[in-house]
Amino acid sequence: VLVAPTRMSSKSASSLAQARRTVQQLRIEARINRIKVSKASSDLMRYCSEHAKYDPLLMGIPASENPFKDKKPCAIL
Amino acid sequence: MCDQTFMAATFGPCESCGKPSPLMNIYIKNEAINYCSFCVELMACQGLQSGESVASLKRECESLKKKLEEERGKLNDVELHQVADKIEVLGALAIKTRRVLKGHGNKVLCMDWCKDKRRLVSSSQDGKVIVWDGFTLSKENGISVPCTWVMACAYAPTGCAVACGGLDNKCSKAVAMHTNYVSGCTFTNSDNQILTSSGDGSCALWDVESGQLLQSFHGHTADVLSLDLAPSETGNTFVSGGCDKKANVWDMRSGQNIQSFESHVSDINCVKYYPSGDAFASASDDATCRFYDLRADREVAVYQKDSVIFGASTVDFSLSGRLLFAGYNDYTINVWDVLKGTRSSILFGHENRVSRVRVSPDGTALCSASWDHTLRIWA
Repeated sequence: VLVAPTRMSSKSASSLAQARRTVQQLRIEARINRIKVSKASSDLMRYCSEHAKYDPLLMGIPASENPFKDKKPCAIL
Repeated sequence: MCDQTFMAATFGPCESCGKPSPLMNIYIKNEAINYCSFCVELMACQGLQSGESVASLKRECESLKKKLEEERGKLNDVELHQVADKIEVLGALAIKTRRVLKGHGNKVLCMDWCKDKRRLVSSSQDGKVIVWDGFTLSKENGISVPCTWVMACAYAPTGCAVACGGLDNKCSKAVAMHTNYVSGCTFTNSDNQILTSSGDGSCALWDVESGQLLQSFHGHTADVLSLDLAPSETGNTFVSGGCDKKANVWDMRSGQNIQSFESHVSDINCVKYYPSGDAFASASDDATCRFYDLRADREVAVYQKDSVIFGASTVDFSLSGRLLFAGYNDYTINVWDVLKGTRSSILFGHENRVSRVRVSPDGTALCSASWDHTLRIWA
């Protein structure tokens, strides 16, 4: 059966292009390799624990080492 | 024939008819097609002849979305906070205001730290951009930008330059030109390139010297409000978030949108990478902050409380990634335990909305910017 090309308005041409773009994008996203949340979680936890000791806001560092904290006045004996 | 209006990021010879015109940059089967709007229409008409239609594409779209949900669901074997049950609860944090920076005449909309860990730059609705010494509170520099609502400012890696942008649609002396406001900007790993996000729905990478557009990123369907560059070890990607409630991850070289996350129920105001680069957090008008793991390709935590009902505008991680600082429209900063999903503490002090929070490069302090015209440094 011969299908005569219909006259398309500009609007439907762009929604066709838009729909193609969306399908294209979803195809790319469907293909990525994913890991399990349990593995991802344990990796995140490992990163936190390895770096915890270097995290001043987490550990709290003494005023003498933090330029933003005011040092206690020292008494001259 | 009436042409439709579209946002053209590039102008040049059409790859089909050769005539110089504004080009629509689309991807078909992974190939970039840069045609003028007339040739796109012609191509679409030919597509129709071969039996394809918007309806059939929409059906494929729905089935792909379902497949994505299924794939992501299969790997959701446990929740992050369950895995984190075995670690110790955080002790009380001794963080309080150490400095209040006064000097802006109106809402402070953005700030950024310099890599030297003491200087910072802030921008305000009064059109002023100020460089401060965080230790001494002295103002090192102040410039007036010829527009109000300077929404974005960033420090260059060498500390020698500052970029800013806002309602004038430009970023710094017209290095970057968008067709709507500039909501965010950041230098890439050198002083020579700037990445911007815009109300026009796109992000773009620019060469600072020439002002040339190096790459544009299309995919958001509404204003893009924030972007963040991946930590340098993990490569050339960045994440963006916007009013379409989506957070997208992009490849900087190809312009390709590689991952997309849609779980917020309102505008995403801010996105920030976790320090390892394997995850990122987002802050939204829906009063939640969320945490997404890139390798698991899904949301892995939601930071919310019944008592927190105001939108979150900004987030940043502490150095180890264990703490998430989030600024809200109820004038507070909530500190969340990233792994356990609980709130660790609340920082009070600002007298209006908190627009931006940033941890200093060495992690010793947090700086917050607010609509109350001040910035605070917490440590």
